[in-house]
Amino acid sequence: MENQFLVDSEGLSESALKRKHELENNPDCRTDIMTYMDGQEQIQSDIREKVMKEVEEYDPSRYTAADVRRALQKSNLSVEDLKALLSPAAAPFLEQMAERARIETRKHFGNTVYLFTPLYIANYCENYCVYCGFNCYNHIRRMKLSMAQIEHEMEVIAESGMEEILILTGESRAQSDIHYIGEACKLARKYFRMVGVEIYPVNVEDYRYLHECGVDYVTVFQETYDTEKYETLHLAGHKRVWPYRFEAQERALMGGMRGVAGSALLGLSDFRKDALASALHMYFLQRKYPHAEISLSCPRLRPIINNGKINPQDVGERQLCQILCAYRMFLPFAGITVSSRESKSFRDGIVKIAATKISAGVSTGIGDHESKYTGKESDTEGDEQFEISDSRSFRQMYADMASEGLQPVLNDYLYV
Amino acid sequence: MNQDDKLILGGREFHSRFILGSGKYSLSLIEAAVKYAGAELITLAVRRANTKEHENILDYIPKGVTLLPNTSGARNAEEAVRIARLARELGCGDFIKIEIMRDTKYLLPDNAETVRATEILAKEGFVVMPYMYPDLNTARDLVNAGAASVMPLASPIGSNKGLATRDFIQILIDEIDLPIIVDAGIGRPSQACEAMEMGAAAVMSNTALATAGDLPVMAEAFRKAVEAGRQAYLSGLGRVLVRGASPSDTLTGFLHD
Repeated sequence: MENQFLVDSEGLSESALKRKHELENNPDCRTDIMTYMDGQEQIQSDIREKVMKEVEEYDPSRYTAADVRRALQKSNLSVEDLKALLSPAAAPFLEQMAERARIETRKHFGNTVYLFTPLYIANYCENYCVYCGFNCYNHIRRMKLSMAQIEHEMEVIAESGMEEILILTGESRAQSDIHYIGEACKLARKYFRMVGVEIYPVNVEDYRYLHECGVDYVTVFQETYDTEKYETLHLAGHKRVWPYRFEAQERALMGGMRGVAGSALLGLSDFRKDALASALHMYFLQRKYPHAEISLSCPRLRPIINNGKINPQDVGERQLCQILCAYRMFLPFAGITVSSRESKSFRDGIVKIAATKISAGVSTGIGDHESKYTGKESDTEGDEQFEISDSRSFRQMYADMASEGLQPVLNDYLYV
Repeated sequence: MNQDDKLILGGREFHSRFILGSGKYSLSLIEAAVKYAGAELITLAVRRANTKEHENILDYIPKGVTLLPNTSGARNAEEAVRIARLARELGCGDFIKIEIMRDTKYLLPDNAETVRATEILAKEGFVVMPYMYPDLNTARDLVNAGAASVMPLASPIGSNKGLATRDFIQILIDEIDLPIIVDAGIGRPSQACEAMEMGAAAVMSNTALATAGDLPVMAEAFRKAVEAGRQAYLSGLGRVLVRGASPSDTLTGFLHD
């Protein structure tokens, strides 16, 4: 059974409810997802076409065990090999895939594992993405931290020892404009060695501005590469424009960023096609921008406030592991991040096979690091984007990684 | 080991001809790796040392070992120069290994930018050891730019594929008067040995040790291989191994006066 995303929060006004139901029930009242909105920059790029051509042609049921065996024996994998490894035919070869992936990870990254933490600074959002806790029709405690509050959060996190931070916001340009984010990033540079952002997609000049504020890495999740599905899940807001989102990483690189990350949110649509698209998106970006550091994530759907039943459907841990091994074999040099959406046992296992970076000390709420890190009570916190699964602290994660025989690395980066 | 056979870099003498990379394994293993490899030079990514953490790599490097900080992460000459200066500020000494990559897939060095960075840093008094793709013209440019050695790659970094560029490295050994130090792609002690037999001044390895089952044992194997290769080179290889054939009947036997 598909996820039941549509939930009416208590506390919504009658007019809001009416608009919400109209968006949900009447596709004609929704905007065209392929048409750029005012102010959204259009760049010249053939990456989208290249990725989508492969995705459209991909029929996972066509691949056989022989295709998988062939892929397992090659040192440089083709797109066809990747397709085979993502297909159902590869499922019985999961252990062999893991062995190959482990060798590639060791060759390129040794036994290092990078640690980082996300910091949500605002949860206002203008989009109606039906699966997301921050969506504008979800009745949650909204909050936007002041610069003083942001600095305090950063102090608490930096105190724990963390050196890499990912700054996040909900997608509201009105509430969290680019200068608000830029100022937060300048503060982050004071407390951390490496700063990344995961915010609404912006134009090249805004990425350039953020780069000047100290940011070098940009993460944007496409959610799903299936445009028809995308249309039914992102019902309102700037995020509806699918191609503008797709081109975000490229605009970030054009704006001078060192690296970009992306992925689909697994569980929204056909996960094999979405995984293929995610890998090829990063692959073609790196081919066009060879200096770019690329990284893949692998988020799966999680429950949210007011809808605890949301789940990743047919993407179980075995499927997720298969995807990550395929990513590693196809893109041996790419970073792979596994977030706290996944369980402790999964993360402990996958860092030995394919992942290179994991989060620790995570909160997806707003302004609650002090209460979470120190136990100090607070009554001014914003609600969370999704429920996390692995709540280990930074210290615990550091110790656990070391005890797994890995070398936790807090920073391997210089802003130049 | 012949105590008179020294590797001289930046006016400093080294007896070991094995340079240890440090980027890919646990810090706690560095000391053992240095000990068993007999290394006197150890590379260090400046970006990795740029940390507040309690596990700073600098703390794990044994006394008496010369640091060879590298500029990994630099995408052009300017960035390499900035990183080199930072290394000096961090107290890493005057040695600098230039690594400039604008390709994140194969991490192949950018020769042109490397020459530019070498020129700037040599003038600032650094002992410049540039990592490069083995090209004779670039190597000559590096000599003129003031490099202290030339570090050609054997094969793509981390690939453990050995001396894929063997013939081109041999040309550098034959034509360049600076020490030629083979870097990147050396996956086995036998490959390190072969590079030394060819006349390389030293070899460098990281991944081969990092991915070994027992790092200290592999470190020792590399030490022995490098020493064996060096001795073979110094002794003069037997004629069956020299380049080109040597026919048993002389070609000039027809000459009578």
